[in-house]
Amino acid sequence: MTTSTPRPAVAATGLRKSYGDHVVLDGIDLHVAEGTVFALLGPNGAGKTTTVQILSTLIRADGGDVRVVGHDLSREPDRVRAGIGVTGQFSAVDNLLTGAENLKLMADLRHLGRAAGRRRTAELLEQFGLVDAAGKPAVTFSGGMRRRLDLAMTLVGEPRLIFLDEPTTGLDPRSRRAMWDIIRDLVAGGVTIFLTTQYLDEADQLADRIAVLDRGRLVAEGTAEELKRRVPGGHLQLRFADPTGLAAAARVLGEVRRDDEALTLRVPSDGSVRSLRAVLDRLDDIQVEVESLSVHTPDLDDVFLTLTGHDTEEKVPA
Amino acid sequence: MSTLTYTLSDSATMVRRNLRRMQRYPSLTLMVIGVPVVFLLLFVYVFGGTLGAGLGAPSGGRGEYATYVTPGILLITVAGVAQGTAISVAMDMTEGIVARFRTMSIARVSVLTGHVVGSLIQTMLGLAVVTGVALLVGFRPTANPVEWVAATGLLAAVTFAITWLSVALGMVTKSVETASNLPMPLLLLPFLGSGFVPTDSMPAGLRWFAEYQPFTPVTETLRGLLVGGPIGSSAAQAVAWCAGIALLGYLWARRLYDRDPSR
Repeated sequence: MTTSTPRPAVAATGLRKSYGDHVVLDGIDLHVAEGTVFALLGPNGAGKTTTVQILSTLIRADGGDVRVVGHDLSREPDRVRAGIGVTGQFSAVDNLLTGAENLKLMADLRHLGRAAGRRRTAELLEQFGLVDAAGKPAVTFSGGMRRRLDLAMTLVGEPRLIFLDEPTTGLDPRSRRAMWDIIRDLVAGGVTIFLTTQYLDEADQLADRIAVLDRGRLVAEGTAEELKRRVPGGHLQLRFADPTGLAAAARVLGEVRRDDEALTLRVPSDGSVRSLRAVLDRLDDIQVEVESLSVHTPDLDDVFLTLTGHDTEEKVPA
Repeated sequence: MSTLTYTLSDSATMVRRNLRRMQRYPSLTLMVIGVPVVFLLLFVYVFGGTLGAGLGAPSGGRGEYATYVTPGILLITVAGVAQGTAISVAMDMTEGIVARFRTMSIARVSVLTGHVVGSLIQTMLGLAVVTGVALLVGFRPTANPVEWVAATGLLAAVTFAITWLSVALGMVTKSVETASNLPMPLLLLPFLGSGFVPTDSMPAGLRWFAEYQPFTPVTETLRGLLVGGPIGSSAAQAVAWCAGIALLGYLWARRLYDRDPSR
């Protein structure tokens, strides 16, 4: 444990878990400082959900030394549970209860008392835009509403550390942005967030530190900037009307990847306007028409290709 | 608050949750109450004339049989609710909300006691309905108030035991379908005992099984309390069976609940 940083919300060393012969987590180390957002980034099957399930006391690890909110995970699971909140990938609301009843259930289980429970329920319904849905059974909720109710239920007990397992997977872009805003508000209130996601831009938007998980191992860790610097995936894609244009452009642009079938060139670029203008200026000089152009910024696929040598689509052997 | 107060308060919260769920999803409750009522009518009106004649009592017939069969039907009710409990526990375990409960600092057993107490209330309701219908179709109990209280207590004890067992049965398998099949033998047991016909009318092997299986002493005690007749050692046996099944079911259910939930 380091002494320079504030007390860690999560400190894990050598965390491992396997199901039979299938190794899900192969000795990972995690360190999450209090009051920060930590993102665990990885494709399906990388072990993200298993990590959250272990850290939130849902399942037991096979090995490793883990402290969560200052308590040993295996020796004091109940002390850990008192300090955390979990919003999983699969909604954890009672479908037959209404929005308000779900929140009241959490208030009762957190022993808030009748008046305080009612107050907290009203507060959260208001904060999460669920006032109109308060009296309707959760089974009738839309995906976004359900996710908001789920998170509101997690917040009833005012946890210090919140696990969000793929909080925006399956949400439409608007609900996704709304969820990001909610997460930012939580962080502003001093809560520590442990987030898992498949989206690089989500980690980029929210996280102070990002760890990349692949087949049960951490392959990289750092800030979004640090990771992106290691990923040279950004490029421009130019398409030409005919092979002559393509050949001429390829000559002046130097280091490019050329596809004669599709009549396209791939030019490395950081996506800035200046680099874009430089490329177009050079093509103007030789008077070659570009039929279409697209800017490609590094995404999770690029991160994976660079850090692991395989892309996200590759299936993990079961 | 002490640990015990927390356990009680969390259990009460879970009981409220389960009762509310039953209210929102009444078809399961209607089924577990409806099935024994149909059985009762079937046995009294279809088989009752003939079976009643076979009882050998001077009055004989349908009315006699209604009085004879009611304790058996009451136990069918208990077994039927057990099946409903296994189904709702199995359904609950597949839902995210129980995963949430597991990551909360609450009395762990409260999720299970919520189901048990909820089912107990559901069963008592079902037993009241079945008793009411039985009285309408010719059930003539001779019990005094003390015997009624004792019979109610015995039925509650049986329900408590069977419900703990069915909570475990609801968790032992991953699929809701299997969970609904596992308690099936419980529904058969009252038939393979003294619930519907006297055991001495059965062939030797079956009679031996009927005399030693748990439902027979319960049936005999219940019948003794409600309509008179010899109880003898049945009461002690019935209580012992209930205590044993309850303890086994409770320990098994807790063990299954403490197991890692995934895979």
